[in-house]
Amino acid sequence: MSIRSVSKSWTRSNLIGLLVFIAFIGTLPLWVRTPYALSNMVLIGIYSLVTIGLCLLMGYAGQISLGQAAFFGLGAYGSGILTVHFGWSPWIALLIAAVITAVIAYFIGIPMFRLRSHYLAMGTLAFGAIVTIVMNEWKVYTGGPTGLPGIPRFTLGAIPIKSDIAYYYLAWGTVIIGLIIALNLVRSRFGRALRAIHDSEPAAQSLGVDVDRYKLITLVISSIYASVAGSLYAHYIIFISPNAFDFSVSVRLVLMVAVGGLASIWGAPFGTAVVILLTMALREIVPLLTRYGSGEHQIIAYGLLLVVIMIFMPDGLTVALVRAWRRLLNSETLRRRLSAYRRRP
Amino acid sequence: MDEPLLIMEVDRISKEFGGVRALDSVSFSVYERQILALIGPNGAGKTTLLNIVAGTLPAGNGQVRFRGKRLNGRPTHDRVRMGIARTFQQAHIFDKMTVLENVMVGCHLRGQCGLLHAALRLPALRREEEDVYLDAMRFLNLVGLGTKADQQAGSLPFGQQRLLAMSRALASNPTVLLLDEPAAGLNRMEKNDLAELVRRIQQMGVTIVLVEHDMELVMRLADWVVVLNHGQRLAQGTPEQVRRDPAVVAAYLGTERD
Amino acid sequence: MPDYGLSDYLQFVLSGLSTGSIYVLIALGLIAIYNVTGVVNLAQGEFVMLGAMFAVTLVGLHIPIGFAFIGSVLGVVLVGMLIQRLTIHPARHAPEVSLIIITIGTAIALRGLALLFWGTTPRSLPEFSPGPPLNVMGAILSRQRIWIMGTAGVVLLLLYLFFEFTLLGKAVRACSINRRASELLGINPELMSLLSYALGAGLGAIGGIVIAPLTLVDYNMGLVLGLKGFVAAIMGGLVNMPAAVIGGLALGVLESFTSGFLSSGIKDAVAFLTLFIILLARTTSIKTTLQEKRAQRQARPKGR
Repeated sequence: MSIRSVSKSWTRSNLIGLLVFIAFIGTLPLWVRTPYALSNMVLIGIYSLVTIGLCLLMGYAGQISLGQAAFFGLGAYGSGILTVHFGWSPWIALLIAAVITAVIAYFIGIPMFRLRSHYLAMGTLAFGAIVTIVMNEWKVYTGGPTGLPGIPRFTLGAIPIKSDIAYYYLAWGTVIIGLIIALNLVRSRFGRALRAIHDSEPAAQSLGVDVDRYKLITLVISSIYASVAGSLYAHYIIFISPNAFDFSVSVRLVLMVAVGGLASIWGAPFGTAVVILLTMALREIVPLLTRYGSGEHQIIAYGLLLVVIMIFMPDGLTVALVRAWRRLLNSETLRRRLSAYRRRP
Repeated sequence: MDEPLLIMEVDRISKEFGGVRALDSVSFSVYERQILALIGPNGAGKTTLLNIVAGTLPAGNGQVRFRGKRLNGRPTHDRVRMGIARTFQQAHIFDKMTVLENVMVGCHLRGQCGLLHAALRLPALRREEEDVYLDAMRFLNLVGLGTKADQQAGSLPFGQQRLLAMSRALASNPTVLLLDEPAAGLNRMEKNDLAELVRRIQQMGVTIVLVEHDMELVMRLADWVVVLNHGQRLAQGTPEQVRRDPAVVAAYLGTERD
Repeated sequence: MPDYGLSDYLQFVLSGLSTGSIYVLIALGLIAIYNVTGVVNLAQGEFVMLGAMFAVTLVGLHIPIGFAFIGSVLGVVLVGMLIQRLTIHPARHAPEVSLIIITIGTAIALRGLALLFWGTTPRSLPEFSPGPPLNVMGAILSRQRIWIMGTAGVVLLLLYLFFEFTLLGKAVRACSINRRASELLGINPELMSLLSYALGAGLGAIGGIVIAPLTLVDYNMGLVLGLKGFVAAIMGGLVNMPAAVIGGLALGVLESFTSGFLSSGIKDAVAFLTLFIILLARTTSIKTTLQEKRAQRQARPKGR
């Protein structure tokens, strides 16, 4: 780090990474043609938004959330209810839903952050379960277990954003904005404080960092990310039901962050993509292997993956891959081959 | 001749842990720019007292006053803002961050920019980051770690981690610095460097309260010594007075040596 | 609100106590593991599920219920020890966040394996002693519920005797109070960790087997049960067994009354809300306890 790097708007590596990323995402629809694949890309985008927020919470603030899907669901149902039952504009509904979710997250967070990790884990789990129960029981607005149909689309003026391609750009555009904000936050005093809290709470406290407040702020930020993603989800799928926001979804979100690397913002969309693509692959392969339907067997893979990653690659797949790549570049045989090549006239 | 200013008062502090009386009505005063050493045999309650002053632990009974203001109930980060900083026995550095970043966290309270500035990386934030960078480097150079700025903090040898912790605490601009056994685990040379550093800090205008076991260091550095035993104040005075106090001698000889 | 008589209230209490006994067994398993290893086993519910599943399979092979009980418990104990060796031991120095995720991953993997072996169709276990429900002072109680309460009682007694009067039990207790010190006394902490997992798994399995006749046994049954056991356990701060006993029984009774007066669908919400309220109430006391513990450790003379 030099003083110039600190005062620049962007570090060189981050800027290059961002441009490459934008180029990649922007041109993807050109060579992904099947509607199935494209719609999965849209979903990867939507879930990436959630995982970026969750990454801030888990990787930087070091707080476990087993109920992040609840915030995702609050955004989805918030948008759904406001547009279907009250006829509001989807854009306004998205904003209001995010505010409501943030407020709920704030009040949930106040008592919870004085707790240690396992209590927090269970607390968020309980919160998620309560939200799921409310979604199922408050039938007047949510439609209960059968779900809430007929959610309208986003519109730009008079044109509805309906096609997969249009939604793809909407979703990923939001992801890129979210990514930029998250990267900026991490590179600031706020991000440093979070990393400090993660490394040693008492030490952070002793330097004047108001630990409880920062954890709370991070929870609220992550809930906003999840809520916006939920709203995007609702207007994409146009029909939502409680089981898209239950505990197993929360677990999958944790898995996505873990795969990508708990403390890596760039890792979040990467881990999300890996898990969703893995799910797609499992859905194809597993019926070939067993008599039973594929549906639930993915969960074994999720479970094993979580365990293996946490034991052997606690910094996540991205870091492990980068390290393996570097090791490959540094390997003796490679160096020998390159030097032999260079010696040729 | 200037009257030394009373900067901190420990007033009849008591603390119980489920039946164990860790501290029993301990009182003493700390004067500005003083180096006060808190000594006593193992289990005397020194670290507990330090924790109470720092705000990590609530006092059972009694008060701590800083510049006349009561500290009771104030959380640690408030006390840091008021000017009380501390280090830990185990250093507790942020091992996954760089050495410089550790000190930059120490500058945390100087930052004015909020989340919005950070999220949008506005020019005000960038300028603030520059200032923080320069300040942090200054404090690093003060303890001699300037060359290691970009190293990962966790890779530093223990003695340097201690220095980093002190540099970090200094970065928060304290009026009073609480040092929890800063010499523990250091060799002779490192202890000399530490003593020099502490003197320099005192010359910068910082008041130092030092919990220590190393008698030689205490005798060398301290202006005033408070002796605790079994949670009570056994004696206080200049290093010479305390050394010759028979009660103190008995307390030390009567317990296991470190 | 329906009109209930005294015998109905008694029924609520008794059936609540029997359900609560299951939560107690699960909670004790959690506490046994946490006390020694410091790990919160979020896969505890899966031990319950496996206990029930193993028993169903063994009974299906026409093994008499008594042997099936023992065999199933032993099987789950084995699984528990395997899990400790394979997943917890290698990660013992990892940060708490990682360990929690590992236990979650283990739970999910176990659930998936159960799905693989036993499929989605729910199984059932016949009651231990078939016969009409008993009439206790007007309250109708199925015989299995008596079995549940009786088993839980016996287990509690055995646990008490184990921890108080056997050398092994005292070693486990010593290890949970002060790991370092017991190591210096010749107690092997790694063995103790393994044993604690064995104990935790066994307790979970017992709970699963006795409740099996009264509920649908499928790969998913562990999740909610584990959560409720956790609620009971945290009433004892994850370390206090007697408090967890009271907590578990109280939770069972509370659920029973909720089911009777409101609706059985809300029943599960009771556990979650209780969890929430306890966490809210305990925030200050947990914080002070942690601070005090930390300070006590620092204040205590080194090396003793």
